[in-house]
Amino acid sequence: MSSTDTAAYALRLGDDALVLAQRLCAWVTRAPTIEEDLALSNIALDLIGHARTLLAHSGALDGTGRTEDQLAYLRTEREFRNALLLELPNGDFAVTLARQLAYSLYARLLYGELAASADEVLAGFAVRAAKEVEYHAMHATGWTVRLARGTAESRRRMRAGLETVWPYTGELFEEDALTRRLAAAGTGVNPAGIRESWEKAVTAVLADAELAVPAPSWQASGGREGLHTEAFGALVAELQSVHRQFPGGTW
Amino acid sequence: MTAPAPLPPEEVLARVSTVPDPELPMVTLADLGVVRAVERAADGALEVVITPTFLGCPAMPAIERALREVLAACGHPQGRVRQVLAPAWTSDWISAEGRRKLAGHGIVPPGPASAPLPVRLGLGLPCPHCGSVATWPQSPFGATRCQAVLVCTACQETFAHLKAM
Repeated sequence: MSSTDTAAYALRLGDDALVLAQRLCAWVTRAPTIEEDLALSNIALDLIGHARTLLAHSGALDGTGRTEDQLAYLRTEREFRNALLLELPNGDFAVTLARQLAYSLYARLLYGELAASADEVLAGFAVRAAKEVEYHAMHATGWTVRLARGTAESRRRMRAGLETVWPYTGELFEEDALTRRLAAAGTGVNPAGIRESWEKAVTAVLADAELAVPAPSWQASGGREGLHTEAFGALVAELQSVHRQFPGGTW
Repeated sequence: MTAPAPLPPEEVLARVSTVPDPELPMVTLADLGVVRAVERAADGALEVVITPTFLGCPAMPAIERALREVLAACGHPQGRVRQVLAPAWTSDWISAEGRRKLAGHGIVPPGPASAPLPVRLGLGLPCPHCGSVATWPQSPFGATRCQAVLVCTACQETFAHLKAM
């Protein structure tokens, strides 16, 4: 297994966590209740923790010796490798929760398998991250059912949220040359291999919510090659603004 | 002033074990199970081996700084702090003493990390204010990443619970 491959893989997973954390941070002081403010910011903090661990590992392995901060704050838009789902604008609370549902159920399965990785750091990371993500899945599952079975308006919004994010879920399970090499070496997880379990988990939640699983007619792709949506440039600019205005600043 | 004579690893371990956690200062890093060992590295320097409670825990830089100060005070100015992720930290590593101290400060300690989910979430844990067991998990997300919020249906007060995980 080449360390360059492992570095590229850690960067993908780390960028997923980092970009979603940045999106969730925008809910601080805007969530419907104080508990929800705490919940979304705690989830964002967990994800920043995941990103820090994964980006630090990537930078140590890719031969450049870049730190987690250099990777987060000094790459350009096209150098990020997150799936497009994670960069989608927050929309209303239901859109954010639909994305949380899709991602947290995926991450729980992914990290459950990654815990057996031949890479010691990835394995140790995944054991711990799986436990944290379990709470995120519980949070998203609870809200999906609550909104779907709440009022006519909350149900309409939850359904619309799911319809908005669903075309972006397929990218999470895309295989390519990198994931095939990593899976063959036992270092990474074959994303296509967890799709069926994910669909089962999602179907169970949506059955409880009395909602149909969306069946989008198209699927977004490109994030893993650095081809992002229009909204991503503004996200990166905001994420990096302090670091770029005050290079090397410490507090 | 002369540098202090370097203390042996077991004495350094005893010293670093007393360092308080920056976010939960009523317990020590040893109580929490964060300090795993003090070992001599291949280059002869002493290393304090720690496992973070939560990944990328924001308290880690403060913890590492405090541990390096203890190393220096023990005569090991070249001593280092090394983070290991495997085996992953679990709340089962919190000592009996640590649990007693947490409870004494109104933070209900976690049950077994392998318990079924409703038990892990704290369903029915006695309220630290009134002792009632008619308590309910209000939110698994609290003041820090490691705490959840429970609510007592008898006295209507909320209280903190260290997550079992």
